[in-house]
Amino acid sequence: MNIVVCVKQVPDTATERKLRSDDNTLDRDAADGVINELCEYAVEEALRLKEAHGGEVTVLTMGPAKASDTIRKALAMGADKAVHLVDDALHGSDALGTSHALAQTLKKIGFDLVVLGSESTDARTGVLAAMLAERLGVPQLTFANQVQVDKGAISIQRVTDYGYDKVEASLPAVVSVVEKINEPRYPSFKGIMAAKKKPVEKLGVADAEIDASQVGLANSWSEVAEFAVAPPRAAGTVVKDEGDGGVKAADFLASKKFV
Amino acid sequence: MSEILVLVEHVEGQVKKVTLELLTLARKLGTPAAVWTGAGYSPEAQARLAEYGAEKIYVADSAEVSDYVVAPKAELLAHLVGEKAPVAVLVAATAEAKEIAGRLAIKIDSGVLTDVVGIEDGLVADQSIFGGGINVRSRVTKGIPIVAVRPNATPVEAAAGAGTEEHVTFTVSDAAKGARIVERVKEEKGARPELTEAAIVVSGGRGVGSAEKFSIIEELADSLGAAVGASRAATDAGWYPHQFQVGQTGKTVSPQLYIAAGISGAIQHRAGMQTAKTIVAINKDPEAPIFELADYGVVGDLHQIVPQLTEEITKRK
Ligand SMILES: Cc1cc2nc3c(=O)[nH]c(=O)nc-3n(C[C@H](O)[C@H](O)[C@H](O)COP(=O)(O)OP(=O)(O)OC[C@H]3O[C@@H](n4cnc5c(N)ncnc54)[C@H](O)[C@@H]3O)c2cc1C
Ligand SMILES: Nc1ncnc2c1ncn2[C@@H]1O[C@H](COP(=O)(O)O)[C@@H](O)[C@H]1O
Repeated sequence: MNIVVCVKQVPDTATERKLRSDDNTLDRDAADGVINELCEYAVEEALRLKEAHGGEVTVLTMGPAKASDTIRKALAMGADKAVHLVDDALHGSDALGTSHALAQTLKKIGFDLVVLGSESTDARTGVLAAMLAERLGVPQLTFANQVQVDKGAISIQRVTDYGYDKVEASLPAVVSVVEKINEPRYPSFKGIMAAKKKPVEKLGVADAEIDASQVGLANSWSEVAEFAVAPPRAAGTVVKDEGDGGVKAADFLASKKFV
Repeated sequence: MSEILVLVEHVEGQVKKVTLELLTLARKLGTPAAVWTGAGYSPEAQARLAEYGAEKIYVADSAEVSDYVVAPKAELLAHLVGEKAPVAVLVAATAEAKEIAGRLAIKIDSGVLTDVVGIEDGLVADQSIFGGGINVRSRVTKGIPIVAVRPNATPVEAAAGAGTEEHVTFTVSDAAKGARIVERVKEEKGARPELTEAAIVVSGGRGVGSAEKFSIIEELADSLGAAVGASRAATDAGWYPHQFQVGQTGKTVSPQLYIAAGISGAIQHRAGMQTAKTIVAINKDPEAPIFELADYGVVGDLHQIVPQLTEEITKRK
C-alpha cells in the first residue's frame, strides 16, 4: 500500500506566537518550528498500516526550507521517503490554496491512502483533509480514532459529539486522525541515523504542476485585514481555603448572578 | 434584501442553540434562510427557526443526505447557493460543519473563515487565534463568504420571521457517496448540555485524582446546569471520555462561566477556554498558572471545596 502522510511544521505552542506586521501572516521565524502534534499520530498510524499490510510511507510537507527538520523527524520515526513542497510562491496560501498545492502534488506522486492530522495547532482550521478529499474525488474518512484496512476496503470510527460513527469506504481514500488513535513512537537512535540518508525530493510550484494563480498570499480567498494582541485579563481575586472556600466561591458566583 | 444561508444543527430534530445564534447574527447581515438536512424535520422545528428570524426554510430531509460523511451536505449547499444566490453562508464552527464549509468553498470557489466570534458590517469577521492571544479581523476576498461561527459567541434574540418552508428536491451524486456511515454509536452522556454550547462548564484535571472522583465534578456541574469538561491529563488517564477534553487538541469553549478544578492551566488547556467570560479556579498550588486567568480563585483541596460549593449552590437555589 502506498501511503502518503501530510505533515506540517508549526510554531511551538510553548513559545509566543506572532503574526508578521508586514503582511499579517504567521511569523514562522519568531518561534521554534516543531512537528504539528496530530501529524505525529498520523505518521504513527501510517507506519502501523504499513507494518500490517506492507508498502511504503511517504511524508509530504509544504513549508519553508526550515520545515526540513520536521520531515527528518517523521523519517526518523520510520517513514521511507519524503516530498518537500517548497517555493516562495506558496507563502501565505490559505486553506484553499494549500489544499490545491497538496492535491496537485498527491496526484503527481500517487497514493492509495493519504493520512493527515485532524487539525493543526496554528491554523486550527481542521478542514484540510475534507478539502483534499473534495479535490481528489476520493472518500473522506476524517476524525478517526480507529482505522482498519482490508485489501481494497477501509473502515474507521469517526469521532462525533455523541460518540462515533462507523464509516466504510474503498481505497484510495483520505483519512485524518485524532490523538486518541495511537501512541506515537519515539525515533530510535538508529532511526535518526537512517533518516539522514533517506531521500527527500524538493518540489516547486512548477514541478508539482500547481496552478500559480491558486496559491500564495495575493491569491488567497481571504485576508487578515488587521490584528491586535488581546488585552490581558484583569487580575482576579485569589483566596486561601480556610474551610470555607466552597462558601466563598458560592458567594462569588452569586455576586455574578450564576446562582 | 439578500439571503444568508444558515446551515441548521440539530440532534434528532431538536434545533441546537448555536443555530439560533446564527439566525440572530444573519438578521444583521440580510434575510436569514435556514437549511435543514437529514431526518427529523417537524412543525416544532419550523416554529423554532421562524421564532428566531428564518424567513425561509429549505428542507432536504431525505436520509440519504446524512448517510454519508460530509460530502452530500456540501453538495446540497452548493446546489442552494447556485439556485438562491445568497450573499453569505453561515455554519456553526463544529468539526463537521467546518468540513462541510471547506468542501463547499472548493465547490463554489469561495473563501472560508473558521472559528469566527463575530461578524460586522461588510462581512468583516472577528477571530481570536493562538488560544485567545491575538484578535484578528479578516474578510473573504473571493466568492460568497462562508463563515463558521463559534457556538456561544452571539447572544440569541428572538425576532419572528415568516418561516416559509420549501422542500428541496436534490439527489446526492455518486461521487458524494464514497464514505458510508454504517452505524452511529451513541455514548451515554446523560441530560447535561453539550460542551461547546453550554453557558457554564465545570472541568476537572489531574487534581481530581481518579475516574470515580469525577463524580464530584459532575455533581457541581449538575447543580449549575453545566456541562462537564476535562483536561488532557484527565482524559489521557482514562478518567473521563476524550470527547469532553477542553483545549488545543480538544474542544474550544467560550461559556459565560468556566470552573477549573485541579487544572494547572497549561497553555494548551488555556487555548480551549481562555475566551470564557468568567473563570473560577480551584487548585491547591497558589502558583498554578490558571490563577493568572481566574476572576476568582480558591487555593486549597478541591476534594473539600468542590462538594462544599455544590452544597452551597443547592442550598441557595
Ligand atoms: C501539542 C499538545 C496539545 C495539548 N492539548 C491539550 C488539550 O487540548 N487540553 C489540555 O487540557 N491539555 C492539552 N495538552 C497538555 C497540557 O500541556 C497539560 O499537560 C495538561 O493540560 C495538564 O492537565 P492538568 O492541568 O489536569 O494536569 P497538571 O498540569 O498535572 O495539573 C494538575 C493541577 O491540579 C492541582 N491539584 C492536584 N491535586 C489537587 C487537589 N487535591 N486539589 C486542588 N488542586 C489539586 C495541582 O496543583 C496542579 O496544578 C497538550 C499538550 C501538548 C504538548
Ligand atoms: N503545509 C502543510 N503541509 C503538509 N500537510 C499539511 C499542511 N497544512 C496542513 N496539513 C495537514 O492538514 C492537517 C490539518 O491542518 P489544518 O486544516 O491546517 O488544521 C495537518 O495535521 C496536516 O496533516
